[in-house]
Amino acid sequence: MKLKDTGELNELKGQSLALLKNRRISSPLTTLEALGKPRHIMVCGGTGCHASDSPEIAALLKEELNQRGLSDQVEVLQTGCFGFCEKGPILEIHPDNIMYVQVSTTDVADIVEEHFIQGKQVERLLYVDPSSEQRLASDFPFYHSQLRIALRNCSYIAPEDIREYIAADGYQALAKVLFNMSPASVIEEIKKSGLRGRGGGGFPTGVKWELTGQGEATQRYIICNADEGDPGAFMDRSILEGDPHSVLEAMLIAGSAIGATHGFIYIRAEYPLAIHRLEISINQAREYGLLGEKILGSDFSFDVDIKYGAGAFVCGEETALIHSIEGARGEPSVKPPFPAQEGLWGKPTCVNNVETFANIPPIILRGSDWFAGIGTEKSKGTKVFALAGKVNNVGLVEVPMGTTLRQIIFDIGGGIKNHKSFKAAQTGGPSGGCIPTKYLDTPIDYESLISIGSMMGSGGLIVMDDSDCMVNIAKFFLEFTVDESCGRCTACRVGTKRLHEILTKITEGKGTLDDLDSLEQLSKIIKDTSLCGLGQSAPNPILSTIEYFKDEYLAHIVDKSCPAGVCKSLVKYKITDKCKGCTLCTKHCPANCISGSVKEPHVIDEERCLKCGVCMEKCRFGAIVHH
Amino acid sequence: MCNNPLLKDPYQQLDDYIDSIPYKKENLILILHRAQEIFGYLPDKVQWHIAQKLDLPSAKIYGVVSFYSFFTMKPRGKHVANVCMGTACFVRGSEKLQKEVESQLGIKTGQTTEDQLFSLDSVRCIGACGLAPVMTVDGKVHGRLETTADIKQALAKYRPEGTPEEAKGSNSNI
Repeated sequence: MKLKDTGELNELKGQSLALLKNRRISSPLTTLEALGKPRHIMVCGGTGCHASDSPEIAALLKEELNQRGLSDQVEVLQTGCFGFCEKGPILEIHPDNIMYVQVSTTDVADIVEEHFIQGKQVERLLYVDPSSEQRLASDFPFYHSQLRIALRNCSYIAPEDIREYIAADGYQALAKVLFNMSPASVIEEIKKSGLRGRGGGGFPTGVKWELTGQGEATQRYIICNADEGDPGAFMDRSILEGDPHSVLEAMLIAGSAIGATHGFIYIRAEYPLAIHRLEISINQAREYGLLGEKILGSDFSFDVDIKYGAGAFVCGEETALIHSIEGARGEPSVKPPFPAQEGLWGKPTCVNNVETFANIPPIILRGSDWFAGIGTEKSKGTKVFALAGKVNNVGLVEVPMGTTLRQIIFDIGGGIKNHKSFKAAQTGGPSGGCIPTKYLDTPIDYESLISIGSMMGSGGLIVMDDSDCMVNIAKFFLEFTVDESCGRCTACRVGTKRLHEILTKITEGKGTLDDLDSLEQLSKIIKDTSLCGLGQSAPNPILSTIEYFKDEYLAHIVDKSCPAGVCKSLVKYKITDKCKGCTLCTKHCPANCISGSVKEPHVIDEERCLKCGVCMEKCRFGAIVHH
Repeated sequence: MCNNPLLKDPYQQLDDYIDSIPYKKENLILILHRAQEIFGYLPDKVQWHIAQKLDLPSAKIYGVVSFYSFFTMKPRGKHVANVCMGTACFVRGSEKLQKEVESQLGIKTGQTTEDQLFSLDSVRCIGACGLAPVMTVDGKVHGRLETTADIKQALAKYRPEGTPEEAKGSNSNI
């Protein structure tokens, strides 16, 4: 059914509102008859939950409901990410307003029996708040300080049904732009909102649109950068899986504002579920006439194609991405000319990130003043962070700019796992840095992160505790950049390799104080002379760890020890007087370097020790320690 | 070479696909994705065939194939295991996971077992950080792999039934 004008869009919205009418209303749980029909079970279909069998759970729920004759009263829907990945798979029941966590396939029968037939909560599947030890059915502390704009529809609507998106004000912003706003006023609105690129650079989005729209051109292009390569960041993927239409709508808005008729979504081939949902959305949008010729009866035509990446981190850089879409090696080129002047096939091209796009429809609908009222002076709106690592609540969190790391890690994230202590937070992936405890209360925005030696990046936020060795972390990131350097410029290709070699030397206990100077000097040269962002930011993990954790480098170099006990060559094992002489360690030691007689404390010959750690693992008395 | 004997000549299949899409040279990466699906990998012969078909220098095809880590020029095993080496998995012990998988399969990362059953690779973040450390086998995610038995169990699902590699033996933390 092609929608011919806004009247038809609004009519469809009116019809579709029924789909959402029972969602997010809190009502006391009563018997099935008393509640509105149909009730909805929203099963999280985000990556984490998907991996823990959520599709099977959804299928079993349908089957069980069918067998119990409830299938016309209870509908099972797969949504996008709820964000609370730590407790996945998650499901939420509307309008009962009850969330069940860590559900498994064996819980399905109980849910149907207890919840839907007996009409009571399945207590054991409720979330237990660790601070109060109470079981909560909704309103978890995890969500308290969050503000969901980019993720507004994730977990709220079923992403594979365009009518649900339309019912949730979908494509209204497009209608407003096409019929009530001029292209110049759209760009002005985005500029005034203060929205900046969420892929990492933080370039003002409105200015990018304006630059791309300038001058004469026979064709212009819109590209959505969904090549989310930062290890540990998965917000773009979650948006595409949970709310793909919001990205399509924003691309349409951008297209109409700058005069482009074609868009491309460049997505990693490693994201099959996101690709699948995008394909469905594009087909649905075409079917409803929201992509194609004369959209909603206007003069504006626009279509979108998906382009697949093939596993190259550098393709997140916009010029490299453009070369990849053209079917070539994804090597970056010198800027200027910027893609806004000469991009895809030489035409002006606007490249925006997924999360940036997801912010566009709300800005158009609610106005730039509303958006600009959120956040800090120079960074407006919210940012989605992928909170991971040694934190209790791993997941996707969206918070206003200016929120502190402490709020994110301790209030939302629930603190450090296994009662260990916080050591550092890593933001910005391989381009960012490690932030120590003293900056936990810094309000986060683009500028503040750069001033403390890190960067926003795409929003990966990895928490580390005292068992992480910072030299080893720096080495890990350099290993990544060495792997992913495209090889085009010497500074990055050779420089990162040399940095990695020096770090390896240090972690093996062969480093000297001169190496520390070489690291800093070489880092600065690479930053100044690399061609693209990958090389220019590659030394950041080293520079920030040297600045904040110099004592750890010195421990490796001078004392030949690794304080966190991670770097194998530097670890020394010692048997304490807790040893009962059970001889278990001698039996497992591959080097045969542990000696001692039965029921007498044993001794390790450090000269011959391979530092494999088997003895420590096998000891039942905790008698073997690092020293 | 081709996994399904019922299908027609793989080269013909590839040609049909290339004929069906517009803008062939611009869609080189898409064509390579399809070719890898059909052949399982991209040996010289296949690259040469694509070069002729698209009228491109074979050096250009090789340049693209060797640039992207998704493409492989070596045949892969029946099942492809990928250990996630993203940062979140790294801080939760993916290095140890990788070593343990290597030892259980008896190969190094980047290699294929002699019986052609498993290939082992690493991948940079698949976005299942809540389940760290994770490994995917044929795209299916196996999470929270924290003991040797967890890993044995995950791999056992892909071994033919009746092989002695069932989850037995010691169950220690990796």
